[in-house]
Amino acid sequence: MLQFLLRRALLAVLVCLTVLVVSFVLTRLSGDLAISIAGPNATAEDIATIRQNYGLDRPLVVQFLDWAAHAARGDLGSSYLYHAPVAGLIADRLPITLTLGLSGLAIALLVAIPLGILSAMHEGTVIDRGIGLVALIGQAMPSFWLGLVLIIVVGLKLQWLPISGVDTWEGYIMPAIVLAFSAIPALMRLTRAGMIDALASDYIRTARAKGLRTARIVLKHALRNAAMPVVSVAAVQLGFMLGGSIVIEAVFALHGVGYLAWESISKNDFPVVQAVVLFLAIVYIGLTLAADMMNAVLDPRLRSA
Amino acid sequence: MSLRHIAFGLGVLIVGVVLVAGVLAPYIAPHDPFAQDLMQRMIPPEWMDGGSALHPFGTDQLGRDYLSRLLYGARISLLIGTLAVVTSGLIGITLGILGGYFGGRVDDVVMFAITCRLSIPLILVALTVVAFVGSSLTVVVLTLGLLLWDRFAVVARTTTMQVRTLDYIAAAQAAGASRLHILSREVLPNILSHLVVVATLEMALAILLEAALSFLGLGVPPPLPSWGLMIAEGKDYMFFSPWVIMIPGIALFVLVLGINLLGDGLRDMLGAGRRP
Repeated sequence: MLQFLLRRALLAVLVCLTVLVVSFVLTRLSGDLAISIAGPNATAEDIATIRQNYGLDRPLVVQFLDWAAHAARGDLGSSYLYHAPVAGLIADRLPITLTLGLSGLAIALLVAIPLGILSAMHEGTVIDRGIGLVALIGQAMPSFWLGLVLIIVVGLKLQWLPISGVDTWEGYIMPAIVLAFSAIPALMRLTRAGMIDALASDYIRTARAKGLRTARIVLKHALRNAAMPVVSVAAVQLGFMLGGSIVIEAVFALHGVGYLAWESISKNDFPVVQAVVLFLAIVYIGLTLAADMMNAVLDPRLRSA
Repeated sequence: MSLRHIAFGLGVLIVGVVLVAGVLAPYIAPHDPFAQDLMQRMIPPEWMDGGSALHPFGTDQLGRDYLSRLLYGARISLLIGTLAVVTSGLIGITLGILGGYFGGRVDDVVMFAITCRLSIPLILVALTVVAFVGSSLTVVVLTLGLLLWDRFAVVARTTTMQVRTLDYIAAAQAAGASRLHILSREVLPNILSHLVVVATLEMALAILLEAALSFLGLGVPPPLPSWGLMIAEGKDYMFFSPWVIMIPGIALFVLVLGINLLGDGLRDMLGAGRRP
């Protein structure tokens, strides 16, 4: 078990290092950053000053090592747009993105698990097919468009919910629903597949033979075994949702981490861009690591793997 | 006719119609999709008050014919979807087959590459690349192609592992076939049905991502008529004229749904989902 956990942790560290390189390289794709930062009206002197101030005149390897060394100590550099440390900028906006991601995940699970169970219990019937079709429709919905349609219908026509911003908690409802849409099909299919396997197994047959009620069999015995993969995929989905919330934050004008990234990308604020890419990747790596470790603890079969 | 067949038929029909519309756009579009007419701005569709038969789907904020832009937009969605899938398929299938067939160290490297790819935030990285390299159709296609190969690799790897131990592979090995021959002529054709299903999923995803990137202003550059870009440009007018975002949005939704229905039907017919 210990060996499994150590190997898994080592892998996570290696992935982190790769992502560190990727996020650095990404922002260097434009060729000369100083020219992009300076803008179209800059003189050669301006560009030279910027190059020197941001250390862009040093060799790339030196720039990378310097950045990586600082990043490892939690110093992600300074935004040249806000003139503030990037770590602080991300920390300020994190609560919004985190609230959005967690409530989106909660909604997704609340919808996906019952639908998945229902589908599995009626495998092959019209109910199963119908639920599968709903999942396909959810998957085909462009999230940013769904957000705009909700803004028009629920926000403007019905006036039930605020159309942008999160001054009150109601502001989170629409964005969280839209974000949940992207995760529902995957979670639902997984619950369904897990439940079908579980319902066909010997211990369920035993439980049925004992004369237990269907509800008890499904919820207590089968769901417990089907839940494990759902938990680890839920962690993965949360990671995807935090990364994908950039589109939702743009639609609903929520000033979270995604919005910060979008703004920085449009304005060539490269220290922020590389930091947010790194940050979101590390959150994802941490989530999958935690899910794997939890599974290893919960499921003895995985420990020897 | 079961529900399953109807769903698959609907998928074929949708994709077929969009394909024909895109290919024939120059012949069936009533107007030039780039021609601006500032005197004819924001005309509503024909079926609404103030609409005219001259512009069946109305005109946008620059007076360009909406139906013509929609038809030409089908080309962009299909082109980007297809090219991104070809690029990502080449990368993913190669990696997956190599990892699945050779196992050991090779497989470790492939698995590591997949893990790294998955931990990189997709939309954020795509936006960054397009912003820093410059937005063009080619850049969007390559960016999506270089990012969407993970599912191809995962599926190719698992299915290759299942095929690797079968008798006909052993027979080919005994007959002295080269590794390249075994991988391309024996393994690939036998896992292809699974990969076709993945291709439909990835095509749908690529089309949605292109629309999202264009919506955020970092995808296909204007004045190209991308559906995502049409929604972005219509956003400022959507409160008074909701149809400006409804028309391209529904087109996008229907196309992606059609591709997904097609993929789902293929999965059932090829038995790709049920093989052990």
